[in-house]
Amino acid sequence: MKKTYINGVGCISAQKTFDTIFLEEAVENNTETVLSVNAPVYKDYIAPAAARRMAKGIKNGIVASALALKDANSENVDAIITGTGLGCIEDSEKFLKNILDNNEEFLTPTSFIQSTHNTVGAQIALNLKCKGYNFTYVNGAVSFESALLDAKMQIENDEVNSVLAGGIDENGDYTISLFKLAGRVKNELEQPFNFLTSTTTGAVHGEGAVFFVLENEKKDTTYAQIVDVEIKNNLEENEIEGEITAFLKTNNLQVSDLDAVILGYNSDAKFDSYYKNTAENIFAQTPQLYYKHLCGEYDTASAFALWTASKIIKTQEVPEILKANSVIRPAYNTILLYNQLSGKNHSFTLLSK
Amino acid sequence: MEALKAELKNKIIATLNLEDIAVEDIADNDPLFGDGLGLDSIDALELIVILDKDYGIKLVDPKEGKTIFQSIETMAAYISANRTK
Repeated sequence: MKKTYINGVGCISAQKTFDTIFLEEAVENNTETVLSVNAPVYKDYIAPAAARRMAKGIKNGIVASALALKDANSENVDAIITGTGLGCIEDSEKFLKNILDNNEEFLTPTSFIQSTHNTVGAQIALNLKCKGYNFTYVNGAVSFESALLDAKMQIENDEVNSVLAGGIDENGDYTISLFKLAGRVKNELEQPFNFLTSTTTGAVHGEGAVFFVLENEKKDTTYAQIVDVEIKNNLEENEIEGEITAFLKTNNLQVSDLDAVILGYNSDAKFDSYYKNTAENIFAQTPQLYYKHLCGEYDTASAFALWTASKIIKTQEVPEILKANSVIRPAYNTILLYNQLSGKNHSFTLLSK
Repeated sequence: MEALKAELKNKIIATLNLEDIAVEDIADNDPLFGDGLGLDSIDALELIVILDKDYGIKLVDPKEGKTIFQSIETMAAYISANRTK
């Protein structure tokens, strides 16, 4: 069975992650309830005539995938697999608003065409002229992991040699307003927001696009190997430790073998206890890292965590801004990612050098 | 007529997201499709919706579009002659 290696990465996030080395310019914003992407110059990657109809999620996806391919020194792939929770929600909002505002008349095609969830994968394929397998997973907070799992299985089973896999989500004004009504977004009056000691509910939201070139060949430039990915839609809080232990055991590891664990704290006190209790109970002696204070919470935010883990394994450096505790290791070769959203859609991703 | 032409230019720029183009960049007789503004078939649908929604003109014969959407000049002339709102 072939192995899956991360050979290229590309990240567009609320931080400047597109022309920097590794979060050296990262800044924690603890006053905004919704973080927006630090946008690249799209014209450098997309022809203006093509870009004018694209929502920012599509543009970010195209740029992130282009960065990943360039990083992997690759021009094309055998498959494109994306994950997104809400797809191109801005265009979905526009289209639905047009229906209501115009009494179901005068509907124009542009926002409808762009609003479908698989638009990003399709646009990337059109740009690359990639006629291979193209699939988009829309599975809430495990959308990206679903894409990753598909890519990994296809590489392992020798269906493909290379995959462009990514997670994309964008903020939509109306959707965010609904999230605020539902209490999913932090109350502005409760700032400054502290992700590790939050006592209030709601999360700081965000958006981003992160892509990876996954290949079956290890190179000098390889970031890491994706050892295992596991998704569990329903887990009780008291089942997390057992699940992690069993997941590691499946991979012939135990907690002490981990050089770091990356946890998805999103500042929602109601559900961050999933991380906090696990961190205190089984990861007290393990370097603990967090990242959503940099990119915000969104359905595919865990792709940012994978980008972070890949960079750590390759550079062997852990930026201070990611550290949730003071435990350090002489080397960072094995990293576990654990993410969940609102107590559902748990994912465990294991990387090694 | 001049006001209508300016209005059309603004509407086209906004509706079709022509971010790098200003009203002054579009001459009244510039072709909207092909070598001029470079609009395409999806844009043509957007223009048809503008005629219907903003000026109350329903294009029943698609072949008419080719003449009407030649330029801002031809669009403005057609709208002036046929508008219902």
